[in-house]
Amino acid sequence: MATIVRQDQITRPTYHEITRDIAATLGSPSRTYYVLLGIVVAVFAVGVGALLYQVRFGLGVAGYTPPVMWGVYITTFVFWVGIAHSGTLISAILYLFRSAWRTAVYRTAEAMTVFAVMTAGLFPVIHVGRLWYAYWLFPYPNQRQLWVNFKSPLLWDVFAVSTYFTVSTLFLIVGLVPDIAALRSTATGWRKKLYEITSLGWRGTDQQWRHYTRAYLYLAALATPLVLSVHSVVSWDFAMSIVPGWHATIFAPYFVAGAIYSGVAMVVTLLVPLRKVFKVERYITVEHFENLSKLLLLTGMIVAYAYAVEYFIAWYSGNPFEQQSFWNRAFGDYWWATWTMILCNGALPLFLFFRKVRRSIPALFVLSLFVNLGMWFERFVIIVVSLSHEYEPYAFGHYTPTWVEWSILAGSFGWFFMWFLLFAKNFPTVSITEVKEIIPLPRKERART
Amino acid sequence: MSAQPSGILASFRFVDAAADAVRRLKDEGYRDFTVYTPVPNVEIARAVGHRASPVRLWTLIGGLTGCIPYVVIAFELTILFGASATILGLLYHSWKTRQAGAYDNRFADDHIGIFVPCPPERREPVQALLRDAGAEEVQFAA
Repeated sequence: MATIVRQDQITRPTYHEITRDIAATLGSPSRTYYVLLGIVVAVFAVGVGALLYQVRFGLGVAGYTPPVMWGVYITTFVFWVGIAHSGTLISAILYLFRSAWRTAVYRTAEAMTVFAVMTAGLFPVIHVGRLWYAYWLFPYPNQRQLWVNFKSPLLWDVFAVSTYFTVSTLFLIVGLVPDIAALRSTATGWRKKLYEITSLGWRGTDQQWRHYTRAYLYLAALATPLVLSVHSVVSWDFAMSIVPGWHATIFAPYFVAGAIYSGVAMVVTLLVPLRKVFKVERYITVEHFENLSKLLLLTGMIVAYAYAVEYFIAWYSGNPFEQQSFWNRAFGDYWWATWTMILCNGALPLFLFFRKVRRSIPALFVLSLFVNLGMWFERFVIIVVSLSHEYEPYAFGHYTPTWVEWSILAGSFGWFFMWFLLFAKNFPTVSITEVKEIIPLPRKERART
Repeated sequence: MSAQPSGILASFRFVDAAADAVRRLKDEGYRDFTVYTPVPNVEIARAVGHRASPVRLWTLIGGLTGCIPYVVIAFELTILFGASATILGLLYHSWKTRQAGAYDNRFADDHIGIFVPCPPERREPVQALLRDAGAEEVQFAA
């Protein structure tokens, strides 16, 4: 009679294999890695060049045309803050729910969060033009007795985004410490020194774990409401104003769902090449992608529902300004942006109802790119199209981004991927400790049987 | 870190054997031993029997200091100060309860370690206890 062996019994790695396999991802970079790094650094350099041009000649080189004084920069700011959201969802919220599948993918999502917030934080500064006065955003004692307005959503944003960056970074670092300690003994050269310093003397003693597990739990508990608040606050940058298309109570949940949606899409975009290049297919499996695609489907449907509600409320309100704003979105000058958004975010993800698509990694990768594209256009539609058609027809306007704005947008992708690639080669992108945790430590009694 | 005390370092492959060794050490009156594990483990933690970490007080106090009279900013600062205080608490208590003992790099990989500081006259019974519990290796560490 044939013996039935479960799949997980065949592929379940030992603790030592986990350390060895994940440490191997930090070996000498391949040519592909250098080519990718070269491309992203070149794209980043294009963005830096465009920014220096803007600093030299002023904000006039951007395409701002009254009444559209928020354009690509604010769109891109909201886009990157959104991307940052799924990291904390996967690392903190799924941790509190004791979701075992997150262990192999959460480090990538967490690192992505930190780098996405770093990218997002650049844009309000680029948008205001005079980068060297960025510190004016924070309340600080000064001789001119200038004080920020605590009732302004723009200041709430400063606090929300800087808090999010700090907490996400702390969360990432705390999670890394036991992993770095595991790598410390096998590393050589400058890396050994780096790991000796950054492992903070970690030895995995009973006292260290006692404090660590509690601290990690509390960080997850604090990060969970934070992730929901940050994009709510970003949405209030718009919803607290009276611009038609912005002044809506649905904005906070709509933005949070959209943020998680775009963030999960970016996690898929990063994981697909990562598992191939670093040969970690054993740890990041098709099951992980299927779970991520279920999250994509859920949040995508919430986003599509929010689109429908926005149009319904515009009609149902009987408010002519709201109605013309939404009519203009679908059939005005920017119809192409609106329909790109609806196609990418509302229609294409419906393919995820098919199990075959959810388990096809190439299909998911392509879909994730479309969702990223669609989510950028969603923010463009909300910001630019709403501003271009407010109340007075004589004040309507048209904004076209310039090459400077497109270059800085491209540069932001270069900046983001550059940090991610550098991180991925120097620190484990799959958590050694947490992947081990889901595999029980060997037991004497089991070994006997 | 203070000078490393001499004692017995045992290495275990099996978690139940290590937990058994911890229980036996406690029964014999040993309290200042150190257990090393590659991952946090409930069975070991129960056998060691620590009280809940005081890090939670740091989180609470840090969070409370963030309450200022503006709702949104107070919310963000509660989380910011709560998280920062949690990290400070983690660092402080890990430092305060640091244990200077012999260590083996395998304890970060796939082995469980127990270090028992003890004077030379106690070496024999401790080594016997650890071996009897199922230690893979037992050695004297000066």
